[in-house]
Amino acid sequence: MTLMKSLLGASALLALGTVAALAEPAIIYDVGGKNDKSFNEAAFNGATKWATETGGTFKELEMQNEAQREQALRQLAESGANPIVMTGFAFGDTLGAVAPDYPDTKFAIIDMVVDQPNVKSVVFTEEQGSYLVGMMAGLASKTGTVGFIGGMDIPLIRKFGCGYAQGVMAANPEAKVVLNMTGTDGSAWNNPVKGAEIAKSQQSQGADVIYAAAGATGVGVLQAAADLKILSIGVDSNQNYIHPGSVLTSMLKRVDNAVYEAFKEGADLKAGINVMDLAAGGVDYAMDDNNAPLVTDDMKAKVEAAKAAIISGEVKVHDYMSDNTCPAAQF
Amino acid sequence: MDLTAILQILESTIRMSTPLLFACLAGLYSERAGVIDMGLEGKMLAAAFAGAAAAAVTGSAAAGVLAGIGAALILSAIHGLASITFRGNQLISGVAINFFASGLTIVLGASWFGQGGQTPALSEGRLAQTPLLDLFGIEDSPLLELFLGHGTLVYVALAAVPFTWWLLYRTRFGLRLRAVGENPAAVDTAGVSVAQLRYAAVGITAVLCGLAGVYMSMGLNTSFQREMTAGRGYIALAALIFAKWKPVPALGACLLFGFLDAISIRFQNIDLNGIGIPVVIPGQFTNALPFILTVIILAGFVGKAIPPRAGGEPYVKER
Repeated sequence: MTLMKSLLGASALLALGTVAALAEPAIIYDVGGKNDKSFNEAAFNGATKWATETGGTFKELEMQNEAQREQALRQLAESGANPIVMTGFAFGDTLGAVAPDYPDTKFAIIDMVVDQPNVKSVVFTEEQGSYLVGMMAGLASKTGTVGFIGGMDIPLIRKFGCGYAQGVMAANPEAKVVLNMTGTDGSAWNNPVKGAEIAKSQQSQGADVIYAAAGATGVGVLQAAADLKILSIGVDSNQNYIHPGSVLTSMLKRVDNAVYEAFKEGADLKAGINVMDLAAGGVDYAMDDNNAPLVTDDMKAKVEAAKAAIISGEVKVHDYMSDNTCPAAQF
Repeated sequence: MDLTAILQILESTIRMSTPLLFACLAGLYSERAGVIDMGLEGKMLAAAFAGAAAAAVTGSAAAGVLAGIGAALILSAIHGLASITFRGNQLISGVAINFFASGLTIVLGASWFGQGGQTPALSEGRLAQTPLLDLFGIEDSPLLELFLGHGTLVYVALAAVPFTWWLLYRTRFGLRLRAVGENPAAVDTAGVSVAQLRYAAVGITAVLCGLAGVYMSMGLNTSFQREMTAGRGYIALAALIFAKWKPVPALGACLLFGFLDAISIRFQNIDLNGIGIPVVIPGQFTNALPFILTVIILAGFVGKAIPPRAGGEPYVKER
């Protein structure tokens, strides 16, 4: 009898647990990994912020390879998670196919536009944020040569590089920008050895400020820049703390805000395209105690002026993805 | 392109070749003894992780190197047990080790350090970057930097080439090692233990893989990143075939692959307009060059590569 009771109690508890789980939001990180100190980590920070504020819990899943995407999405949707947020352009096709099968579940995708009635597409104007850090690089460079190291060679990363080059040129029209991509497949996000080697190569070509938009590969770039005693620029998350005194600034892409907002809206997530631009606080450059000694008041004033000009529409930063060309750089 | 640029590309070549060279020599010992080792990649990865983790915890580079070698030895022992003692399929065992290392490093890293499989960045536990330059107090000399401006392990790798040649071709152990890869029955008839020799070879392989791994995570980098070997173990196997399982050609093959890597890093797009050809070779092509070369080599265009005859076959003593 007692056994029966406890069994009943246990199943009741389980049932309760399931009900509570129904409203749980979920987040899927891309293959770069949750703790990449960059893009995916920003998403995790946003989710954590939501969890601490509301006391809620969320499900999370890390992609280990390309083949898991659809399975992971369907599994989370079947489990009743709502909304489901995923980070990364690579989910685009999969989500386009999966979303119609779960009309009652809301999805949010970052960095990609998926045209479905239950999908919120969050895109950032990375070119604007990159423009600002590019300007800072152009102002900080003593040699007049700066570097850019991208991860995988995709239009999105070229968009970073293109905005950066425009910013550099705005600060110093004579400047030279050395552009490199780490590779053409997914391992380019996870190759710090090659990232460091590219940084050394760019330094030997005169670059004294290097901007890394390369996921975990960037960790190697920032390390090499610190070793070579030159400056580097982090990406997505605030990476100034990784090597204080060597990381000039970081291009902030507020993926954390996007995830936080999506979680907060919960099951009432508004579908459609959500552009997170400079005016909306979607992108920015990072200032904190770690990089304060590196940034002079003059540099800051100029970058702030450019920021105001972009927000007011006075300065237009060209978006590489709009026509696959870049006025300031050759890929 | 000026002289400094050439020197810098050569310097980069040496840095990029070193992990390949270690791994290639590692494969050489194993395969010359008749044990095919697909698991070079996994052993390097495990060593990179164990080295960076131990160095991060203890703050000692020596502890890191030892831990890296230790991790590779454990995986090698598993490979040896499966393929020598239990006569399992060597290819399957090697591939299994790769998967095992790839998963285990991330799981352990995530649970120990809570950084998603990364290890904390090293400060004092890092391998010295330019010990010789520091020793002699040399600065700003690109030519001397090319020869002296590398970590200790680079010189260990280079020294391992003549040492391997001497060991294989000038010592009794080397003769037996080569024989056991060609005709283990003959070695057995002479009263020498085939299993012991093969275990010794697999052990040397582990030490070299361990050095390759720690060089990447503690020398070139300051932390372990998941999958940071990025396929170098497989490139090393290709280099081994290219070198026809000989130590000195192995050096050449690894330097060639390293050189192609350095070229693709230095020149994203090679613009031939400068020499009168209106073509720009895209970066994707230079990035793919090592792999294109591998395919050409494996297709047999560069001479005939004959592997050790008993490679891949477990030795069964006749009764």
